Amino acid sequence: MNDDVLLLGGKEFSNRLLTGTGKFGNHGQIPKMLAASGSQMITVALRRVDISEQSENILEYIPKNVTLLPNTSGARSAEQAVRVARIAREAGCGDFIKIEVITDMKYLMPDNWETLKATEILAKEGFQVLPYVLPDLPLAKRLENAGAAAVMPLGSPIGTNRGLETKPLIAMLIENASVPIIVDAGIGKPSQAAAAMEMGADAVLVNTAIATARDPEAMGRAFDLAVKAGRAAYLAEMAEASTLARASSPLTGFLDEEQP
Amino acid sequence: MNIFVNGKQECIESCTLAQLIAWKKLDAGALVVELNQQIIKQEFWPTTELQDADRLEMLSFVGGG
Repeated sequence: MNDDVLLLGGKEFSNRLLTGTGKFGNHGQIPKMLAASGSQMITVALRRVDISEQSENILEYIPKNVTLLPNTSGARSAEQAVRVARIAREAGCGDFIKIEVITDMKYLMPDNWETLKATEILAKEGFQVLPYVLPDLPLAKRLENAGAAAVMPLGSPIGTNRGLETKPLIAMLIENASVPIIVDAGIGKPSQAAAAMEMGADAVLVNTAIATARDPEAMGRAFDLAVKAGRAAYLAEMAEASTLARASSPLTGFLDEEQP
Repeated sequence: MNIFVNGKQECIESCTLAQLIAWKKLDAGALVVELNQQIIKQEFWPTTELQDADRLEMLSFVGGG
């Protein structure tokens, strides 16, 4: 049945759940979560190695058929994000890059201005740029014009599990954007992922809610089902809500009714 | 000579990048190296002689969302 593919950065994805590698209790849970969720794209971060101790290579836990989405987390300016993106590509991680520029450490709000600057530079260099932003329609159009492969609006602040607090603003992007809209950050439950897909998001990115569940593998499966359900509902075109009740069963023809 | 490794000043004998990495027992497979903001691919590590005041960033991929 699956002709409903997500075209992202020139690549086809049959699964619309993007996942992340952060916060797992042990890295061995990552390949199990990937298998259970069917996720075909996963984020990684780049950091200085701790010279004093041997650290694990996260890439060893990601099967080769899963597309890597390195992020620029830690960057506080467009220049730093560009530098990280170039390093990630040089290191063999491919052309996809999630731009994450954060200057506010209290709410971890993305700096939309610096993110746009980085997107403009990296798209010109042939990167498939996925900018993580606070949803804002004019900005989304600028990102599109700059050559972004998608726009990734946040549902609520990173790691808060509060769901789609920016829902009306994300809806504006979905209705008006010509690139895929991927809801990233804040999705805490499968029902919230389903809600994002029902409203027409092209995909969602979930990390914390899966990685910090008691059973990340099972939660990955739950999110996969929710994303699929939400997507199927969106494609089926949902009936409208109304204030007054509309009977589902006939209101006439009941027994003892007087006939004219 | 003095170099900076991940922002920390270190005094070392003259050597190549490959020698420094081996000496520090870093996992070469997972390592990404930037020297004075230029990425040095692994094949060039043995021929890259470190110079005084060089700034090295030794990086690797970690979990992140």
